[in-house]
This record gives sequence, structure tokens and C-alpha cells, in this order.
Amino acid sequence: MEIQTKAYGPVEIDERQTLYFSHGLLGFEEYHSYALIDSRQPPFFILQSLDEREIAFVVLSPEVFRNDFSLDLATGDLDDLEWGDDEELLVLAIVTIPRDGRPMTANLQGPLVMNRKKKLGKQVIQVGGPWKTRHNILEEMSKMGAEEC
Amino acid sequence: MLILSRKLNESIMIGDSVEISVVEIKGDQVKIGIQAPNTVKVYRKEVYSAIQEENKLAALSSIDDSLPSIQLPKTRQ
Repeated sequence: MEIQTKAYGPVEIDERQTLYFSHGLLGFEEYHSYALIDSRQPPFFILQSLDEREIAFVVLSPEVFRNDFSLDLATGDLDDLEWGDDEELLVLAIVTIPRDGRPMTANLQGPLVMNRKKKLGKQVIQVGGPWKTRHNILEEMSKMGAEEC
Repeated sequence: MLILSRKLNESIMIGDSVEISVVEIKGDQVKIGIQAPNTVKVYRKEVYSAIQEENKLAALSSIDDSLPSIQLPKTRQ
């Protein structure tokens, strides 16, 4: 199917790339249908709203900059994702790229969790850990590299 | 909005599984105890608002231009 994207105009996607967020994203509760598409600049992906072309988010796997990230899910979250034992959950962080040149950051306090098999997604809230709404991606990556040496 | 007056150690039920009680009152601070099943997530409203704000900022990111490039560490073979 062809969809309209904010980043690249019309893009052909597979139906398996679509995701339904029953609660929407925080602040965007009225938009439920999204497609996860590759960006032209890996490792970024784009979560594009299928309801409104102008709503799109750059997303990134937390593993890229924090390999110690762990997710705390409530049973309510797993129920919303209709998670079954053999199903893998995909976790992505929303990236903010300020237009004024300030460093790009990723949100690990409200990561996105997706059940690709059921095509369901949810933004989950993380409390009680070190996770913030703004992690400086490049800075954390350089720390990660240093620790590996 | 429903407004109820409660004294120290009194509580409020929300539905039949969430109980909110006043544990301590000290000056302008109130300590609140919350008992809820683990299907219900409990957090300060500031956390919720911060994520909401960040989502709005993220949606303003310039994604039509080329994204910044990230040098991925080489994966070990």
C-alpha cells in the first residue's frame, strides 16, 4: 500500500509495517494508526502517522546509545500489547532533533514498545530508574564506547 | 472534578481496587499512600507532562532534511 509521509512524500509499505497505538502517544492521543518505515539514514527509523501526514517521529533503538537500557512493563502494558509468550517486543526511543542546532536527544522515560506480530504499540512510562526524557545520544554513545575499552 | 475532604488516615476508593489514603500532613505537603493492582500504573503528573511535552518537541524535529549521521560501533564478529 502507498502512504503519505512527512519525510519522503509517497512511500510504498507492506501492511506488516503498520502499527495500532490504542492510546495514541502522549499529547497525540487522537492519532492511532502508524507505519514504521526505514529512514534514509540508518540506524534511525520513522514512525509515520497514517491519519495525518504531518505527524511523524524519528525513532531509534535504545541499544544504539544505551546498551544497559532495560524496560519495566506493567501487566496492563502487556495486556494492551496482547503479548503472548513467544512474541518479541520491539523497543524504540523517540528522538528530538532541535532545529536550532542543540544536540539531538532520545526519550527513554517514554519509550515505544511494539508487538510486531499483533501490530500493536504503546508508549510506556518508565519511573524509578535513571531514564529521562532527554538523553544526549552522541554523548551517551561516546561514554558507551569508552566503557567497552 | 469531584472534590472530597479527607482527614489524616482517611482514604478514598477509586473503583473497587484503587485506594488512596492520606498518610501524613506537614505544612503544605501531603503524603499520599496509593494501593493499586499492578495493571494500573501510578506516577507523578510531572512525568506524564514531561513526556507529553517531549513528544510535541520531537514532532517538530526536522525529519525531511537529512538526519544526522551516527557512527555505529563495529559489531564484534
